[in-house]
Amino acid sequence: MSVRRLSPNQPASFAFTPENLAWAKKEIAKYPAGREASAIISLLWQAQKQEGWVSEPAIRVIGDMLDMPYIRALEIATFYTMFNLAPVGEHYVQLCGTTPCWLRGADELKEVCRKHIGPEGHVSADGKLSWLEVECLGACVNAPMVQIGDDFYEDLDASKLETILTKLRNGEQVEPGPQSARHSSEPLGGLTSLTGTLQPAAGDK
Amino acid sequence: MLDDKDRIFTNLYGLDDWRLAGARRRGDWDGTAELIARGRDWIIDEMKKSGLRGRGGAGFPTGLKWSFMPKDDRQHYLVVNADESEPGTCKDREIMRHDPHKLIEGCLLASVAMGASACYIYVRGEFIREREQLQAAVDEAYDAGLIGKNACGSGYDFDLYVHHGAGAYICGEETALLESLEGKKGMPRMKPPFPANCGLYGAPTTVANVESVSVAPTILRRGASWFAGLGRPNNTGTKLFCISGHVNNPCNVEEEMGIPLRELIERHAGGVRGGWDNLLAVIPGGSSVHCLPKYICDDMLMDFDSLRAVQSGLGTAAVIVMDKSTDIIKAIARISYFYKHESCGQCTPCREGTGWMWRVMERLAKGEAEVEEIDMLLDVTKRVEGHTICALGDAAAWPIQGLIKHFRPVIEERIAMQKRGATVAVGAVAAE
Repeated sequence: MSVRRLSPNQPASFAFTPENLAWAKKEIAKYPAGREASAIISLLWQAQKQEGWVSEPAIRVIGDMLDMPYIRALEIATFYTMFNLAPVGEHYVQLCGTTPCWLRGADELKEVCRKHIGPEGHVSADGKLSWLEVECLGACVNAPMVQIGDDFYEDLDASKLETILTKLRNGEQVEPGPQSARHSSEPLGGLTSLTGTLQPAAGDK
Repeated sequence: MLDDKDRIFTNLYGLDDWRLAGARRRGDWDGTAELIARGRDWIIDEMKKSGLRGRGGAGFPTGLKWSFMPKDDRQHYLVVNADESEPGTCKDREIMRHDPHKLIEGCLLASVAMGASACYIYVRGEFIREREQLQAAVDEAYDAGLIGKNACGSGYDFDLYVHHGAGAYICGEETALLESLEGKKGMPRMKPPFPANCGLYGAPTTVANVESVSVAPTILRRGASWFAGLGRPNNTGTKLFCISGHVNNPCNVEEEMGIPLRELIERHAGGVRGGWDNLLAVIPGGSSVHCLPKYICDDMLMDFDSLRAVQSGLGTAAVIVMDKSTDIIKAIARISYFYKHESCGQCTPCREGTGWMWRVMERLAKGEAEVEEIDMLLDVTKRVEGHTICALGDAAAWPIQGLIKHFRPVIEERIAMQKRGATVAVGAVAAE
């Protein structure tokens, strides 16, 4: 069980931007009348996208929007581990440390994060980076891998991750996905199935 | 080896267009209205005859499961479990981002079979890009009239929604998933009542895995006998395998059920790093099943019944390979940490037991324990197993039981070395 607490430093208020508010209304409409609470994860997630983390005022505002008691909304924010209960770096690195990634060198990636960013959970002085070891992210045949923001970076090793972190820190673009010659999860040595007529289509991944 | 013509997921690697045009070229959405016109009983009957067993891990017969939905006037729901989080497993991700129309068409046909007019796909929170891609495919299907009112011109009204989680492995358990979908913490429900009678919002609901749903359209088009003709009796058809760990070319691949493990690894994954004789053990079905030492792997067949016969399981068919450089105790200890982290905390044996088992595993990995503690740990795993609402307690207990069953001498040796004051060689792993 992961025990999580709200940050002691909280902003005074929270409000969705008009665009996010319109989006939230559409999201709530996906569920039957009286079942608005179903939208809580996606609304909290949108709040996190807007602010970078989920603050207590945001939890209260969303609780009110969905007609939920605050404690129910608070429970959701602390139960689900993807909600950041304190600010994170501009580029938030979630490093998979579970066995399939560990077998292929996740420990070395952790070392890189410690060296380039600092201790786990700590935001770098420039505010650009922070990192956390997380549980299996579901890209095990592309291990080891990290998720940075919304994207997966796969088939990593220490030097590849160092390059990615340096580029992100300098504001440069990095191509997500496998950092090897692979397109996705096919065998690196060449296709062993689906060898027929299928050719890579431009722009698809 | 399975022929390409018998493969269902023909865009598994995303080398072709995932959008509607590409999906249609690969045969999706072909004659869907005629399949619907044959009726729900025909669909369920074909699914039963195909022998398909659920691809989410438990292997329950799919057609039978679909038939449990009551035939009454209440709102019925199909909920697709795309909360793929079992360590080692990354197959549903490929379906959602590379072959999303197979899943969407499957949702429509499965919903017809169970009289559901609405379907929610619950995607794990971390799969953000996959969710966006799936949503884009759903939008395309709506725009083309394939789903929505009068889906495919069949007269059947069907709505499909993409929902997502936010990082909780437990939401892969079907009733926890329903709780989460209702806007609550993902804590499993007591059963009975089963979801087929009282599921989402109290309505009849069937929760099905992405892969099980996605193979249905192809089975219905090509016929149950085609699917049943692949694989072995009671273990029919094709299956997506995820081969990770110490192999030369880790990959996902669709293969026939019952393929020998060695052939699977050597043909598709480039073999074990350092050759087959360098194999230490394989976890054949996602992190929760018993690991198997090499001598069992030598002639192991990859299907539900064969793996069950050696007290392991096919699970999600996530094959985690470990070569002889692996510290097997540490590898399993990391799995124990995973379950400790993911326990929802509802049942005491699991909430307390997973943490306790992990702490003992960490000591065993260092050899800082007494030999008697091995049996004590084994005893505790048996006290957790079967004593919790859901199977997470079992899933935390089994890897440790497998380790003690097959690698007890390694644990004993490490304890002895620690007592002698010898340096314990730990962590010489994954040096490529």
